[in-house]
Amino acid sequence: MSLSVYVLILSILFIILVAVVKERWKGVIALLALLFNTGISSYVAVDALRGKLFEEIFYGGYIFGEIPVRVDALSAWFILLTNFTTLTAILYGRSYLKHYKNQSSNLFIHFASYILVHFSMIGIYCVQNMLAFLCVWELMAISSFLLVIFEHNKIDILRAGINYLIQSHIGIVFLTLGFIWVSSYMGSYDFNAIAQYSASVAPAVSFILFMCFFIAFAIKAGFVPFHTWLPYAHPAAPAHISGMMSGIIIKLGIFGILRMILLIKGNYLAFGYVILVISIITGVYGVMLAIVQHNVKKLLAYHSVENIGIIGIGIGIGCIGLGLNNPYLSFAGFAGALLHTLNHSLFKSLLFYSAGTVYQATHTMNIEHLGGLIKKMPQTTILFLIAALAICGLPPFNGFISEFLIYSGLFNGINANGLSLTMMMLFSIFGLVLIGGLAMLCFTKAFGIIFLGTERHPYHTPIHEAEFSKLFPKYLVASMIIFIGIVPQLFIGVITRPLLLFTGEKSIHMEGVEFVSMFQTMSIVVGGFILLVGLIYLVRRLVVSKTVSIAPTWGCGYPSTSPKLQYTANSFVRSYRKLVKPLLMMNKKETEMKGVFPNEVHIATHPYDKLEAILIDVPIKHLKRFMGRFRFLQNGSPQFYILYGVVFIFIAIAIPFLIDLANYLVALIKQI
Amino acid sequence: MKVLNLIYIIAASLFFNGIIIRTKSIFSGRMGPGIFQPLKDIWRLFRKGAVYSQTSSFIFQIAPTIYFASVLMAVFVIPFGGQPGLISFKGDFVFFAYVLALGKFFMIISALDTGSSFEGMGASREALYSMLVEPAFFILIGSFALLTGHTSFYEIFSSLHFGSYISYRIGVLAAFVLVIIAMIENSRMPVDDPKTHLELTMIHEVMILDNSGFDLGLILYTSSLKFAMYGAIIANLFLTPGNEWYYSIPIFIGIQIFFAVLIGTIESFMARFRMNHNPEFIFALTTASLLIFLGVLLILGKII
Repeated sequence: MSLSVYVLILSILFIILVAVVKERWKGVIALLALLFNTGISSYVAVDALRGKLFEEIFYGGYIFGEIPVRVDALSAWFILLTNFTTLTAILYGRSYLKHYKNQSSNLFIHFASYILVHFSMIGIYCVQNMLAFLCVWELMAISSFLLVIFEHNKIDILRAGINYLIQSHIGIVFLTLGFIWVSSYMGSYDFNAIAQYSASVAPAVSFILFMCFFIAFAIKAGFVPFHTWLPYAHPAAPAHISGMMSGIIIKLGIFGILRMILLIKGNYLAFGYVILVISIITGVYGVMLAIVQHNVKKLLAYHSVENIGIIGIGIGIGCIGLGLNNPYLSFAGFAGALLHTLNHSLFKSLLFYSAGTVYQATHTMNIEHLGGLIKKMPQTTILFLIAALAICGLPPFNGFISEFLIYSGLFNGINANGLSLTMMMLFSIFGLVLIGGLAMLCFTKAFGIIFLGTERHPYHTPIHEAEFSKLFPKYLVASMIIFIGIVPQLFIGVITRPLLLFTGEKSIHMEGVEFVSMFQTMSIVVGGFILLVGLIYLVRRLVVSKTVSIAPTWGCGYPSTSPKLQYTANSFVRSYRKLVKPLLMMNKKETEMKGVFPNEVHIATHPYDKLEAILIDVPIKHLKRFMGRFRFLQNGSPQFYILYGVVFIFIAIAIPFLIDLANYLVALIKQI
Repeated sequence: MKVLNLIYIIAASLFFNGIIIRTKSIFSGRMGPGIFQPLKDIWRLFRKGAVYSQTSSFIFQIAPTIYFASVLMAVFVIPFGGQPGLISFKGDFVFFAYVLALGKFFMIISALDTGSSFEGMGASREALYSMLVEPAFFILIGSFALLTGHTSFYEIFSSLHFGSYISYRIGVLAAFVLVIIAMIENSRMPVDDPKTHLELTMIHEVMILDNSGFDLGLILYTSSLKFAMYGAIIANLFLTPGNEWYYSIPIFIGIQIFFAVLIGTIESFMARFRMNHNPEFIFALTTASLLIFLGVLLILGKII
């Protein structure tokens, strides 16, 4: 029997085991199952990255046909990064869920879905049969939905989950459409049929086919304007699930897009332009909205949108490089995209885990209510800081490396022929710089207000640092972040194999070597920078030790300062908010101050997504009104429903008869 | 030999602030302090003890160090005419901009660390303005990358001069943009007034209200170093490679002094903008950069 079948059977056994054991052991069993699954898939993936591809074909009966399970270098890269985040998420999630240990059935569903979602993700990377792919994709959509609605007794969370479920199924509709299109022409469900079909048709047709798949995967990845599910689903899920969703589940969309670029042959320049423009809009729009959020998890969710934009910029310039036959451009673009996929999965999961720890300590996610946590949770603070610096793309952390790759692609592409391309590259540089600056504004706000200063609201419970079992997975992720930042050349080495699928074999000698040597320099520079900081700090320690005194913060002459006088998150971004007012939607509620001795006044601002209002809410309103006219059909009495069934069957039978009748009439008229 | 670049820039940084202050005092008809007075002040601060706010944490203590180290690291990247900087690799200006951003990130969170409302205000402004000024720098460098076909500071500056005279004109425009960027990054006159006495209208000065002793000295010195660094970039636009040192060094010194005097002059004759006009002013700088970009496109014959 084949390896895939073993894994499937064992996963099912583990799920049954999760069902029968006691609550305390459910997490352990899930961890064991994941260790087992990640072990096997990583082994296969590492082999594939070394050049030994894995391929199994088994016969799926009359309907499916042959189901090939192939692990090439691209799948291998995604499998590895998925495995890492899944493992840290379950390690963290096990201790995160200790607070819910009395909800037995809930925990069973959660852990069982967790095993399933990992299994289906690996399936998505490997399965290359369209029908089977749809099955694993659906399995992933449903199991991740179950993960999101862990606290399903809260109405908001259920609503967010259903929103997620519906939107992922809209994606599946597009996916199914694309697959039906190809298989109806080619008569085969194998992915290679897509390649053959697109090679045989006009570029315009393959472009439309690509757009069909792009929309399907873009909904999963959260490209603007398909991102609206993301800011609801991420805050609703428990912290480790948010980390995993943002870290790897949305990357399934990126994987799908990359896979389709490999399969669909067409005008890559056009693909590149479309992806690039959408990505820049995604990146800038995501971070613009992230800044005005008050809920930490929602803020992080919008940052996922932003980072998907950055990955998309990489993919876009990679495609343009393919179209122009410029291996440097495509190497830099795809390398940046692949590496940023890993990097984002690391720092974003770390941010979500830290946010989860903060939530469990303070029981609030509202930034305005937090503050001063650095004294109480120093380790969580440092971990959050590392992730925040990394997400802003600052050296010496990993975000800088992938953004640097994308920048070097853009600055190289600016020299390409053609005015439009140069302008496009300039526009992208502008976008990427703006994203970087805005991300910095956002994370200085988030970090500064959550962890620094003094508490802005009294905490109801005493706050302690999280226990070691919660910190350990975070340290794992953080060390990975720093490791990539300091020795990037190793990772360029690892991603050359998947890159060669895009750029062709010969670029390993040219661009591969060039980038490795560039990053060797970078590695020394970054090491030097850390040494320099250490050295100056040492000098400072020696000099300052003389006379140090502690005093209250200088109040600028005002003697009775209180924590309420501190700058709030809202005021920190006020001038920014005024600046971009036309692009945002802020629902503001305030009570006016009246009289000589005014009463208590309130002000509350609720940021809302303007694109969501235009693209989702308005059409739904109209749809609801239209559908409302047919409400009388749904009257609740079974007799009527049976009648509808009979009417439907009658119409179905009558249609050929009616067509015949019409034909007969037409013939009659012609005779006359 | 590469260490010499560093020495030139550090030497320039020592008297830079002094020249600015001297210029201002001459324009306002005062005797004014000597050129080395700011340096003496910094030295005095280095030997002083420090007072830390009880609200602040380790962030507040490491931030000035990281700020200084980041600027020093950025200085390492700057070439000197035909001489590459200590560090030079393709795309080093991206590193330059991002390492400066790292220092700024720490200064912003260290201001928030004190929990003072005034410092939070300054931090908010600093974060916003540095976000707005970044595109101008990148588009400027992008134009030069397009003009020369290279992507590192050293290669760009060493091949900038083989073009026609129009590349010098672009150089002058670029120098203008860089001067304004330097003014904004250092929070000087049209955007921020370092001599103001009202905390409400400060940007950079209000962020460092709580810093004292060695840390304050480090921050003040970093500010002059940053000026000298931008001065060196501007000087690089006009340093012809292949020239002997007896041309390059006087050009370098001349440009640094001119830059300092220019800042002193601007500060003597200009009033600070209203705070809400600043973002418009800063963002308009990106337009000036775009003008350079269009100039480059004209030279290369890409439009027409």
